[in-house]
Amino acid sequence: MAKHETPLLDQLESGPWPSFVSDLKQEAEARAKNERNIEYQIPVDAVDDLLGVLELSFKHGRTHWKHGGIVGVFGYGGGVIGRYCDQPDNFPGVAHFHTMRVNHPAGKYYTTEYLKQLCDLWDFRGSGITNMHGSTGDIIFLGTTTPQLEEIFYELTHNLNQDLGGSGSNLRTPSDCIGSSRCEWACFDTQAICHFMTKEFQDELHRPAFPYKFKFKFDGCPNCCVASIARADISFIGTWRDDIRIDQDAVQGYIAGDYPPNGGAHADGNWGAFDINKEVVNICPTGCMSMQDGKLEIDNKECTRCMHCINVMPRALRPGTDTGLSMLVGAKAPILDGAQMGSLLVPFVEVNPDNDYEAIIEVIEALWDWWMEEGKNRERLGELIKRQGFQKMLDMTGIKPMPQHVQEPRTNPYIFWKEDEVPGGFNADITEFRKHHLR
Amino acid sequence: MDIEAARETILTTLKKKSKSKSKFYLKDFYKMIPDEKPRAVKNVVNKMVQDELLEYWSSGSTTLIGLKGMGKQAHAEDED
Ligand code: SF4
Ligand code: SF4
Repeated sequence: MAKHETPLLDQLESGPWPSFVSDLKQEAEARAKNERNIEYQIPVDAVDDLLGVLELSFKHGRTHWKHGGIVGVFGYGGGVIGRYCDQPDNFPGVAHFHTMRVNHPAGKYYTTEYLKQLCDLWDFRGSGITNMHGSTGDIIFLGTTTPQLEEIFYELTHNLNQDLGGSGSNLRTPSDCIGSSRCEWACFDTQAICHFMTKEFQDELHRPAFPYKFKFKFDGCPNCCVASIARADISFIGTWRDDIRIDQDAVQGYIAGDYPPNGGAHADGNWGAFDINKEVVNICPTGCMSMQDGKLEIDNKECTRCMHCINVMPRALRPGTDTGLSMLVGAKAPILDGAQMGSLLVPFVEVNPDNDYEAIIEVIEALWDWWMEEGKNRERLGELIKRQGFQKMLDMTGIKPMPQHVQEPRTNPYIFWKEDEVPGGFNADITEFRKHHLR
Repeated sequence: MDIEAARETILTTLKKKSKSKSKFYLKDFYKMIPDEKPRAVKNVVNKMVQDELLEYWSSGSTTLIGLKGMGKQAHAEDED
Protein backbone atom coordinates (compact mmCIF):
# COMPACT_ATOMS: atom_id res chain seq x y z
CA MET A 1 0.00 0.00 0.00
CA ALA A 2 1.53 3.29 -1.09
CA LYS A 3 2.18 5.86 1.62
CA HIS A 4 0.60 8.71 -0.36
CA GLU A 5 -2.31 8.68 -2.79
CA THR A 6 -0.99 9.80 -6.18
CA PRO A 7 -3.86 9.90 -8.70
CA LEU A 8 -2.21 12.55 -10.92
CA LEU A 9 1.09 10.67 -11.08
CA ASP A 10 -0.73 7.39 -11.73
CA GLN A 11 -2.15 8.95 -14.84
CA LEU A 12 1.40 9.49 -16.15
CA GLU A 13 1.88 5.73 -16.15
CA SER A 14 -1.00 5.15 -18.54
CA GLY A 15 0.83 6.15 -21.75
CA PRO A 16 2.65 3.77 -24.07
CA TRP A 17 6.13 4.63 -22.77
CA PRO A 18 8.02 3.40 -19.73
CA SER A 19 7.29 5.82 -16.93
CA PHE A 20 9.59 7.23 -14.26
CA VAL A 21 6.59 7.06 -11.93
CA SER A 22 6.53 3.26 -12.24
CA ASP A 23 10.30 3.22 -11.60
CA LEU A 24 9.86 5.31 -8.45
CA LYS A 25 7.04 3.12 -7.19
CA GLN A 26 9.15 0.04 -7.78
CA GLU A 27 12.04 1.57 -5.83
CA ALA A 28 9.73 2.65 -2.99
CA GLU A 29 8.43 -0.89 -2.71
CA ALA A 30 11.89 -2.44 -2.85
CA ARG A 31 13.08 -0.17 -0.05
CA ALA A 32 10.05 -1.03 2.09
CA LYS A 33 10.65 -4.78 1.62
CA ASN A 34 14.44 -4.47 2.03
CA GLU A 35 15.13 -8.01 0.95
CA ARG A 36 18.90 -7.45 1.04
CA ASN A 37 18.83 -6.16 4.63
CA ILE A 38 20.49 -2.87 3.80
CA GLU A 39 21.10 -0.59 6.77
CA TYR A 40 19.52 2.44 5.11
CA GLN A 41 21.28 5.64 6.15
CA ILE A 42 18.51 7.96 5.01
CA PRO A 43 14.77 7.48 5.66
CA VAL A 44 13.51 4.24 4.18
CA ASP A 45 10.38 5.99 2.85
CA ALA A 46 12.33 8.74 1.04
CA VAL A 47 11.01 7.57 -2.31
CA ASP A 48 7.40 7.37 -1.05
CA ASP A 49 7.72 10.94 0.14
CA LEU A 50 9.28 11.95 -3.16
CA LEU A 51 6.19 10.63 -4.95
CA GLY A 52 4.03 12.45 -2.41
CA VAL A 53 5.70 15.82 -2.85
CA LEU A 54 5.64 15.45 -6.62
CA GLU A 55 1.91 14.74 -6.53
CA LEU A 56 1.42 17.86 -4.40
CA SER A 57 3.43 19.94 -6.88
CA PHE A 58 1.21 18.72 -9.71
CA LYS A 59 -1.83 19.60 -7.65
CA HIS A 60 -0.60 23.09 -6.78
CA GLY A 61 1.07 23.74 -10.11
CA ARG A 62 4.28 24.88 -8.39
CA THR A 63 7.40 23.38 -6.92
CA HIS A 64 7.84 22.41 -3.29
CA TRP A 65 11.63 22.35 -3.49
CA LYS A 66 13.74 25.16 -2.14
CA HIS A 67 16.47 26.26 -4.44
CA GLY A 68 20.17 25.69 -3.69
CA GLY A 69 22.17 25.56 -0.50
CA ILE A 70 25.53 25.69 1.23
CA VAL A 71 26.10 21.96 1.46
CA GLY A 72 29.10 20.33 -0.19
CA VAL A 73 32.11 18.20 0.54
CA PHE A 74 35.17 19.75 2.11
CA GLY A 75 37.34 21.72 -0.29
CA TYR A 76 34.94 21.37 -3.22
CA GLY A 77 32.67 24.10 -4.50
CA GLY A 78 30.77 21.84 -6.87
CA GLY A 79 29.35 18.38 -7.32
CA VAL A 80 26.73 18.70 -4.58
CA ILE A 81 23.51 20.65 -4.95
CA GLY A 82 21.52 21.37 -1.82
CA ARG A 83 17.83 20.50 -2.09
CA TYR A 84 15.27 20.97 0.65
CA CYS A 85 11.54 20.35 0.64
CA ASP A 86 9.35 23.23 1.81
CA GLN A 87 6.82 20.77 3.30
CA PRO A 88 9.18 18.86 5.65
CA ASP A 89 6.42 17.89 8.10
CA ASN A 90 4.31 16.19 5.46
CA PHE A 91 7.27 14.64 3.67
CA PRO A 92 10.03 14.10 6.25
CA GLY A 93 11.75 11.51 4.06
CA VAL A 94 12.75 14.22 1.59
CA ALA A 95 13.17 17.17 3.98
CA HIS A 96 16.85 17.15 2.97
CA PHE A 97 17.29 15.64 -0.45
CA HIS A 98 20.59 16.74 -1.96
CA THR A 99 21.78 15.89 -5.43
CA MET A 100 25.31 14.61 -6.07
CA ARG A 101 26.94 14.74 -9.48
CA VAL A 102 29.44 11.99 -10.14
CA ASN A 103 31.99 12.43 -12.94
CA HIS A 104 31.09 9.91 -15.65
CA PRO A 105 33.97 7.96 -17.16
CA ALA A 106 35.14 9.10 -20.62
CA GLY A 107 32.88 7.64 -23.29
CA LYS A 108 30.54 6.52 -20.49
CA TYR A 109 32.08 3.06 -20.38
CA TYR A 110 31.47 1.06 -17.22
CA THR A 111 31.86 -2.48 -16.12
CA THR A 112 28.70 -3.98 -14.66
CA GLU A 113 30.75 -4.61 -11.53
CA TYR A 114 31.37 -0.89 -11.21
CA LEU A 115 27.72 -0.03 -11.81
CA LYS A 116 26.69 -2.48 -9.10
CA GLN A 117 29.12 -0.88 -6.68
CA LEU A 118 27.70 2.57 -7.44
CA CYS A 119 24.15 1.31 -6.93
CA ASP A 120 25.03 -0.47 -3.68
CA LEU A 121 26.63 2.69 -2.34
CA TRP A 122 23.61 4.74 -3.30
CA ASP A 123 21.08 2.27 -1.90
CA PHE A 124 22.99 2.31 1.37
CA ARG A 125 23.63 6.05 1.73
CA GLY A 126 21.07 7.69 -0.54
CA SER A 127 17.62 7.29 -2.03
CA GLY A 128 18.65 4.64 -4.55
CA ILE A 129 17.37 6.88 -7.35
CA THR A 130 19.82 7.78 -10.09
CA ASN A 131 19.63 9.69 -13.32
CA MET A 132 21.87 8.08 -15.92
CA HIS A 133 22.99 10.55 -17.10
CA GLY A 134 22.33 14.23 -16.49
CA SER A 135 22.36 16.52 -19.52
CA THR A 136 26.01 17.44 -18.96
CA GLY A 137 26.83 13.75 -18.78
CA ASP A 138 27.34 13.14 -15.07
CA ILE A 139 25.92 10.21 -13.20
CA ILE A 140 23.34 11.91 -10.99
CA PHE A 141 22.60 10.63 -7.51
CA LEU A 142 19.23 12.04 -6.50
CA GLY A 143 18.55 12.60 -2.83
CA THR A 144 20.57 12.20 0.31
CA THR A 145 21.08 13.97 3.62
CA THR A 146 23.96 16.21 4.67
CA PRO A 147 25.81 13.74 6.95
CA GLN A 148 26.04 11.24 4.09
CA LEU A 149 27.85 13.57 1.69
CA GLU A 150 31.37 13.15 3.05
CA GLU A 151 30.86 9.41 3.50
CA ILE A 152 29.83 8.98 -0.11
CA PHE A 153 32.66 11.21 -1.30
CA TYR A 154 35.19 9.17 0.66
CA GLU A 155 33.89 5.90 -0.71
CA LEU A 156 33.84 7.22 -4.29
CA THR A 157 37.34 8.64 -4.19
CA HIS A 158 39.05 5.95 -2.12
CA ASN A 159 37.37 2.73 -3.16
CA LEU A 160 35.63 3.36 -6.47
CA ASN A 161 38.39 5.42 -8.07
CA GLN A 162 35.86 8.09 -8.90
CA ASP A 163 35.39 11.82 -8.41
CA LEU A 164 32.54 14.29 -8.22
CA GLY A 165 31.57 16.30 -11.29
CA GLY A 166 31.15 20.03 -11.75
CA SER A 167 28.24 22.31 -10.84
CA GLY A 168 27.70 25.99 -10.13
CA SER A 169 30.10 28.50 -11.66
CA ASN A 170 32.66 25.80 -12.33
CA LEU A 171 33.96 24.00 -15.33
CA ARG A 172 31.37 21.28 -15.84
CA THR A 173 32.31 17.65 -16.24
CA PRO A 174 33.83 17.38 -19.73
CA SER A 175 32.03 14.87 -21.89
CA ASP A 176 32.77 13.05 -25.14
CA CYS A 177 31.46 10.61 -27.71
CA ILE A 178 32.69 7.01 -27.72
CA GLY A 179 35.21 8.02 -30.39
CA SER A 180 37.69 5.59 -31.84
CA SER A 181 36.83 2.91 -29.28
CA ARG A 182 33.90 1.87 -31.47
CA CYS A 183 33.48 4.41 -34.22
CA GLU A 184 35.48 4.42 -37.43
CA TRP A 185 34.64 8.08 -38.08
CA ALA A 186 36.50 9.46 -35.07
CA CYS A 187 39.08 11.99 -36.24
CA PHE A 188 40.81 12.11 -32.85
CA ASP A 189 40.86 10.12 -29.65
CA THR A 190 37.96 11.78 -27.83
CA GLN A 191 38.35 9.74 -24.66
CA ALA A 192 42.04 10.53 -24.29
CA ILE A 193 41.55 14.29 -24.54
CA CYS A 194 38.38 14.27 -22.40
CA HIS A 195 40.21 12.42 -19.66
CA PHE A 196 43.25 14.67 -20.00
CA MET A 197 41.23 17.90 -19.76
CA THR A 198 39.26 16.57 -16.79
CA LYS A 199 42.53 16.08 -14.94
CA GLU A 200 44.27 19.18 -16.29
CA PHE A 201 41.48 21.47 -15.09
CA GLN A 202 40.69 19.78 -11.76
CA ASP A 203 40.75 23.06 -9.91
CA GLU A 204 38.31 24.73 -12.30
CA LEU A 205 36.09 21.62 -12.15
CA HIS A 206 35.87 21.51 -8.36
CA ARG A 207 35.98 25.16 -7.36
CA PRO A 208 34.10 28.12 -8.80
CA ALA A 209 36.34 29.97 -11.22
CA PHE A 210 34.04 31.72 -13.65
CA PRO A 211 31.10 34.12 -14.03
CA TYR A 212 28.87 31.11 -14.77
CA LYS A 213 28.97 27.50 -15.91
CA PHE A 214 31.42 26.43 -18.62
CA LYS A 215 31.21 23.28 -20.71
CA PHE A 216 33.64 21.33 -22.87
CA LYS A 217 32.36 18.59 -25.14
CA PHE A 218 34.35 16.42 -27.53
CA ASP A 219 32.83 14.98 -30.68
CA GLY A 220 35.04 12.77 -32.81
CA CYS A 221 33.42 13.90 -36.06
CA PRO A 222 30.81 16.38 -37.25
CA ASN A 223 27.99 13.93 -36.53
CA CYS A 224 28.21 15.44 -33.06
CA CYS A 225 26.86 12.54 -31.00
CA VAL A 226 27.27 14.54 -27.77
CA ALA A 227 25.75 17.60 -29.49
CA SER A 228 28.73 19.74 -28.56
CA ILE A 229 27.81 22.27 -31.24
CA ALA A 230 24.52 23.02 -29.47
CA ARG A 231 25.53 22.78 -25.83
CA ALA A 232 29.17 23.46 -25.10
CA ASP A 233 30.88 26.79 -24.49
CA ILE A 234 33.76 25.23 -26.39
CA SER A 235 32.87 22.42 -28.80
CA PHE A 236 35.70 20.25 -30.05
CA ILE A 237 34.62 18.59 -33.27
CA GLY A 238 36.77 16.18 -35.25
CA THR A 239 37.50 17.06 -38.86
CA TRP A 240 40.00 16.43 -41.65
CA ARG A 241 42.02 18.64 -43.98
CA ASP A 242 42.56 16.32 -46.93
CA ASP A 243 40.01 14.66 -49.20
CA ILE A 244 37.13 12.33 -48.42
CA ARG A 245 38.36 8.84 -49.30
CA ILE A 246 36.25 7.33 -52.08
CA ASP A 247 35.99 3.66 -52.98
CA GLN A 248 34.39 3.85 -56.44
CA ASP A 249 33.59 0.12 -56.51
CA ALA A 250 31.62 0.46 -53.31
CA VAL A 251 29.81 3.50 -54.77
CA GLN A 252 28.70 1.24 -57.63
CA GLY A 253 27.70 -1.36 -55.03
CA TYR A 254 25.33 1.12 -53.38
CA ILE A 255 23.89 2.15 -56.75
CA ALA A 256 23.30 -1.50 -57.62
CA GLY A 257 21.60 -2.09 -54.27
CA ASP A 258 24.27 -4.48 -53.00
CA TYR A 259 24.63 -2.52 -49.75
CA PRO A 260 21.82 -0.95 -47.75
CA PRO A 261 22.24 2.84 -47.49
CA ASN A 262 22.84 4.30 -43.99
CA GLY A 263 24.07 0.91 -42.82
CA GLY A 264 20.48 -0.34 -42.99
CA ALA A 265 19.27 2.16 -40.38
CA HIS A 266 16.15 2.97 -42.40
CA ALA A 267 15.52 -0.55 -43.67
CA ASP A 268 12.12 -0.85 -41.98
CA GLY A 269 10.43 1.77 -44.19
CA ASN A 270 9.51 1.33 -47.83
CA TRP A 271 11.74 3.95 -49.36
CA GLY A 272 12.13 2.30 -52.74
CA ALA A 273 15.43 1.66 -54.50
CA PHE A 274 18.46 3.76 -53.51
CA ASP A 275 18.87 6.79 -55.75
CA ILE A 276 22.34 8.29 -55.34
CA ASN A 277 21.38 11.57 -56.98
CA LYS A 278 18.23 12.09 -54.98
CA GLU A 279 19.62 10.93 -51.66
CA VAL A 280 23.21 12.16 -51.78
CA VAL A 281 24.55 14.17 -54.70
CA ASN A 282 21.67 16.63 -55.05
CA ILE A 283 21.28 17.28 -51.35
CA CYS A 284 24.92 17.83 -50.51
CA PRO A 285 24.53 21.18 -48.68
CA THR A 286 27.42 22.79 -50.53
CA GLY A 287 26.59 21.29 -53.91
CA CYS A 288 30.14 20.01 -54.24
CA MET A 289 29.31 16.48 -55.41
CA SER A 290 28.66 15.27 -58.92
CA MET A 291 28.48 12.07 -60.94
CA GLN A 292 30.79 12.20 -63.93
CA ASP A 293 30.75 9.29 -66.38
CA GLY A 294 29.28 7.15 -63.63
CA LYS A 295 32.05 8.15 -61.20
CA LEU A 296 31.40 10.05 -57.99
CA GLU A 297 33.39 13.29 -57.79
CA ILE A 298 33.78 15.56 -54.76
CA ASP A 299 35.14 19.08 -54.94
CA ASN A 300 36.74 18.81 -51.51
CA LYS A 301 37.64 22.46 -51.06
CA GLU A 302 33.92 23.30 -51.03
CA CYS A 303 32.92 20.44 -48.70
CA THR A 304 31.92 21.58 -45.19
CA ARG A 305 32.38 18.09 -43.68
CA CYS A 306 28.67 17.78 -42.92
CA MET A 307 29.02 13.95 -42.93
CA HIS A 308 25.81 13.34 -44.88
CA CYS A 309 27.33 11.46 -47.81
CA ILE A 310 29.57 9.46 -45.48
CA ASN A 311 26.62 8.52 -43.27
CA VAL A 312 24.62 7.30 -46.25
CA MET A 313 27.43 5.32 -47.91
CA PRO A 314 29.87 4.35 -45.14
CA ARG A 315 31.44 1.57 -47.19
CA ALA A 316 32.19 3.88 -50.10
CA LEU A 317 33.14 7.15 -48.38
CA ARG A 318 35.37 7.79 -45.41
CA PRO A 319 36.79 10.90 -43.75
CA GLY A 320 40.30 11.86 -44.85
CA THR A 321 43.43 10.85 -42.98
CA ASP A 322 44.92 14.25 -42.15
CA THR A 323 42.73 14.69 -39.09
CA GLY A 324 42.41 17.13 -36.21
CA LEU A 325 39.59 19.14 -34.72
CA SER A 326 37.66 22.36 -35.11
CA MET A 327 36.92 24.54 -32.09
CA LEU A 328 33.56 26.26 -31.95
CA VAL A 329 32.57 28.63 -29.17
CA GLY A 330 29.51 30.00 -27.46
CA ALA A 331 26.78 27.35 -27.70
CA LYS A 332 24.26 27.28 -24.86
CA ALA A 333 20.73 26.37 -23.86
CA PRO A 334 18.20 29.21 -23.57
CA ILE A 335 18.41 30.11 -19.86
CA LEU A 336 19.04 33.86 -20.02
CA ASP A 337 19.22 34.85 -23.67
CA GLY A 338 17.93 32.52 -26.38
CA ALA A 339 19.56 29.23 -27.30
CA GLN A 340 22.70 29.60 -29.40
CA MET A 341 24.74 27.29 -31.59
CA GLY A 342 28.53 27.41 -31.54
CA SER A 343 30.44 29.75 -33.88
CA LEU A 344 33.56 28.50 -35.61
CA LEU A 345 36.69 29.97 -34.03
CA VAL A 346 39.50 27.60 -35.03
CA PRO A 347 38.79 25.66 -38.25
CA PHE A 348 41.59 23.16 -37.73
CA VAL A 349 44.00 22.43 -34.94
CA GLU A 350 46.20 19.40 -34.42
CA VAL A 351 45.29 17.04 -31.61
CA ASN A 352 48.61 16.16 -30.09
CA PRO A 353 48.72 14.31 -26.77
CA ASP A 354 52.52 14.25 -26.94
CA ASN A 355 52.74 17.95 -26.19
CA ASP A 356 49.74 17.88 -23.83
CA TYR A 357 47.41 19.37 -26.43
CA GLU A 358 49.39 22.61 -26.22
CA ALA A 359 47.73 24.32 -29.20
CA ILE A 360 44.26 23.64 -27.81
CA ILE A 361 45.00 24.66 -24.23
CA GLU A 362 46.41 27.96 -25.45
CA VAL A 363 43.05 28.90 -26.99
CA ILE A 364 41.09 27.71 -23.95
CA GLU A 365 43.12 29.82 -21.55
CA ALA A 366 42.95 32.94 -23.70
CA LEU A 367 39.16 32.60 -23.84
CA TRP A 368 38.94 32.11 -20.07
CA ASP A 369 41.09 35.15 -19.34
CA TRP A 370 38.80 37.31 -21.46
CA TRP A 371 35.57 35.90 -20.04
CA MET A 372 36.75 36.03 -16.40
CA GLU A 373 37.73 39.65 -16.87
CA GLU A 374 34.78 40.88 -18.94
CA GLY A 375 31.92 38.43 -18.42
CA LYS A 376 29.02 39.67 -16.30
CA ASN A 377 27.60 37.53 -13.53
CA ARG A 378 25.65 34.64 -15.04
CA GLU A 379 26.77 35.55 -18.55
CA ARG A 380 27.81 32.61 -20.71
CA LEU A 381 30.71 32.91 -23.12
CA GLY A 382 28.27 32.97 -26.04
CA GLU A 383 26.48 35.97 -24.59
CA LEU A 384 29.76 37.81 -24.04
CA ILE A 385 30.66 37.16 -27.69
CA LYS A 386 27.34 38.67 -28.69
CA ARG A 387 27.72 41.65 -26.38
CA GLN A 388 31.32 42.58 -27.16
CA GLY A 389 31.56 41.12 -30.64
CA PHE A 390 33.28 38.23 -32.35
CA GLN A 391 36.05 40.54 -33.40
CA LYS A 392 36.82 41.44 -29.79
CA MET A 393 37.18 37.73 -29.08
CA LEU A 394 39.60 37.41 -31.98
CA ASP A 395 41.66 40.25 -30.52
CA MET A 396 41.68 38.67 -27.08
CA THR A 397 42.67 35.23 -28.36
CA GLY A 398 45.15 36.53 -30.92
CA ILE A 399 43.43 34.57 -33.68
CA LYS A 400 43.53 36.19 -37.11
CA PRO A 401 40.21 36.81 -38.90
CA MET A 402 39.65 34.35 -41.73
CA PRO A 403 36.90 33.63 -44.25
CA GLN A 404 35.58 30.70 -42.18
CA HIS A 405 34.56 33.18 -39.46
CA VAL A 406 32.08 34.82 -41.79
CA GLN A 407 28.70 33.12 -41.76
CA GLU A 408 27.36 34.86 -44.85
CA PRO A 409 29.17 37.47 -46.90
CA ARG A 410 27.90 41.01 -46.41
CA THR A 411 25.25 40.33 -43.77
CA ASN A 412 27.43 39.73 -40.71
CA PRO A 413 31.01 40.34 -41.70
CA TYR A 414 32.14 40.23 -38.02
CA ILE A 415 35.43 41.75 -39.11
CA PHE A 416 35.91 45.49 -39.34
CA TRP A 417 39.03 47.42 -40.22
CA LYS A 418 40.66 49.22 -37.36
CA GLU A 419 41.97 52.72 -37.96
CA ASP A 420 45.63 51.77 -37.65
CA GLU A 421 45.20 49.06 -40.27
CA VAL A 422 44.04 51.55 -42.91
CA PRO A 423 46.76 53.56 -44.70
CA GLY A 424 46.16 57.18 -43.76
CA GLY A 425 43.63 56.29 -41.05
CA PHE A 426 39.91 57.11 -41.20
CA ASN A 427 40.57 60.82 -41.76
CA ALA A 428 42.58 60.51 -44.97
CA ASP A 429 42.07 63.44 -47.30
CA ILE A 430 39.42 62.30 -49.75
CA THR A 431 40.08 65.12 -52.24
CA GLU A 432 43.70 64.21 -52.35
CA PHE A 433 42.75 60.53 -52.82
CA ARG A 434 40.31 61.34 -55.63
CA LYS A 435 43.03 63.23 -57.54
CA HIS A 436 44.69 59.88 -58.16
CA HIS A 437 41.68 57.55 -58.10
CA LEU A 438 38.62 58.48 -60.14
CA ARG A 439 35.25 57.23 -59.00
CA MET B 1 50.30 39.97 -4.45
CA ASP B 2 50.33 40.29 -0.69
CA ILE B 3 48.00 37.40 0.07
CA GLU B 4 47.53 38.28 3.74
CA ALA B 5 46.51 41.83 2.87
CA ALA B 6 44.14 40.56 0.18
CA ARG B 7 42.48 38.18 2.65
CA GLU B 8 42.13 40.99 5.15
CA THR B 9 40.57 43.32 2.57
CA ILE B 10 38.06 40.63 1.60
CA LEU B 11 37.06 39.94 5.19
CA THR B 12 36.67 43.62 6.08
CA THR B 13 34.65 44.36 2.95
CA LEU B 14 32.33 41.41 3.53
CA LYS B 15 31.83 42.29 7.19
CA LYS B 16 31.04 45.88 6.28
CA LYS B 17 28.41 44.77 3.78
CA SER B 18 27.05 41.95 5.89
CA LYS B 19 24.00 43.87 7.06
CA SER B 20 22.62 44.29 3.58
CA LYS B 21 24.12 41.35 1.76
CA SER B 22 25.50 37.96 2.71
CA LYS B 23 26.21 36.26 -0.62
CA PHE B 24 28.46 37.55 -3.38
CA TYR B 25 29.41 36.59 -6.90
CA LEU B 26 33.03 35.76 -7.59
CA LYS B 27 33.16 38.90 -9.70
CA ASP B 28 32.40 41.06 -6.66
CA PHE B 29 35.67 39.81 -5.16
CA TYR B 30 37.61 40.92 -8.25
CA LYS B 31 36.45 44.46 -7.52
CA MET B 32 37.76 44.25 -3.96
CA ILE B 33 41.27 43.47 -5.26
CA PRO B 34 41.23 45.47 -8.49
CA ASP B 35 44.96 45.29 -9.23
CA GLU B 36 45.07 41.52 -9.45
CA LYS B 37 44.13 39.17 -12.28
CA PRO B 38 40.75 37.46 -11.73
CA ARG B 39 42.48 34.09 -11.70
CA ALA B 40 44.71 35.11 -8.78
CA VAL B 41 41.77 36.51 -6.79
CA LYS B 42 39.77 33.35 -7.47
CA ASN B 43 42.58 31.30 -5.97
CA VAL B 44 42.67 33.46 -2.83
CA VAL B 45 38.89 33.19 -2.41
CA ASN B 46 38.85 29.42 -2.89
CA LYS B 47 41.67 29.04 -0.37
CA MET B 48 39.67 31.12 2.11
CA VAL B 49 36.79 28.67 1.73
CA GLN B 50 39.14 25.80 2.48
CA ASP B 51 40.36 27.67 5.53
CA GLU B 52 36.70 27.95 6.58
CA LEU B 53 36.60 31.74 6.56
CA LEU B 54 34.17 31.81 3.63
CA GLU B 55 31.60 29.37 2.32
CA TYR B 56 29.99 28.56 -1.00
CA TRP B 57 26.29 28.72 -1.69
CA SER B 58 25.23 26.97 -4.86
CA SER B 59 21.93 26.98 -6.69
CA GLY B 60 23.22 24.16 -8.85
CA SER B 61 23.78 26.49 -11.76
CA THR B 62 25.50 29.46 -10.10
CA THR B 63 27.81 29.74 -7.11
CA LEU B 64 27.76 32.55 -4.59
CA ILE B 65 30.27 33.08 -1.81
CA GLY B 66 29.89 34.64 1.63
CA LEU B 67 31.30 34.71 5.15
CA LYS B 68 30.98 31.31 6.77
CA GLY B 69 27.81 31.02 8.83
CA MET B 70 26.46 34.40 7.76
CA GLY B 71 23.02 35.07 6.40
CA LYS B 72 19.92 33.14 7.25
CA GLN B 73 20.74 30.35 4.81
CA ALA B 74 22.63 28.06 7.17
CA HIS B 75 20.06 28.39 9.88
CA ALA B 76 17.07 27.97 7.62
CA GLU B 77 18.54 24.74 6.32
CA ASP B 78 19.45 23.44 9.80
CA GLU B 79 23.02 23.30 8.53
CA ASP B 80 24.65 25.56 11.16
S1 SF4 C 1 30.52 11.99 -33.02
FE1 SF4 C 1 31.31 10.98 -34.86
S2 SF4 C 1 33.13 9.89 -34.10
FE2 SF4 C 1 31.87 10.35 -32.31
S3 SF4 C 1 30.58 8.53 -32.04
FE3 SF4 C 1 29.43 10.04 -33.24
S4 SF4 C 1 29.77 9.43 -35.35
FE4 SF4 C 1 31.39 8.46 -34.14
S1 SF4 D 1 30.39 15.77 -46.32
FE1 SF4 D 1 28.56 16.97 -46.76
S2 SF4 D 1 29.35 18.81 -47.76
FE2 SF4 D 1 30.98 17.28 -47.88
S3 SF4 D 1 30.65 16.22 -49.82
FE3 SF4 D 1 29.56 15.04 -48.28
S4 SF4 D 1 27.46 15.82 -48.33
FE4 SF4 D 1 28.76 17.34 -49.37
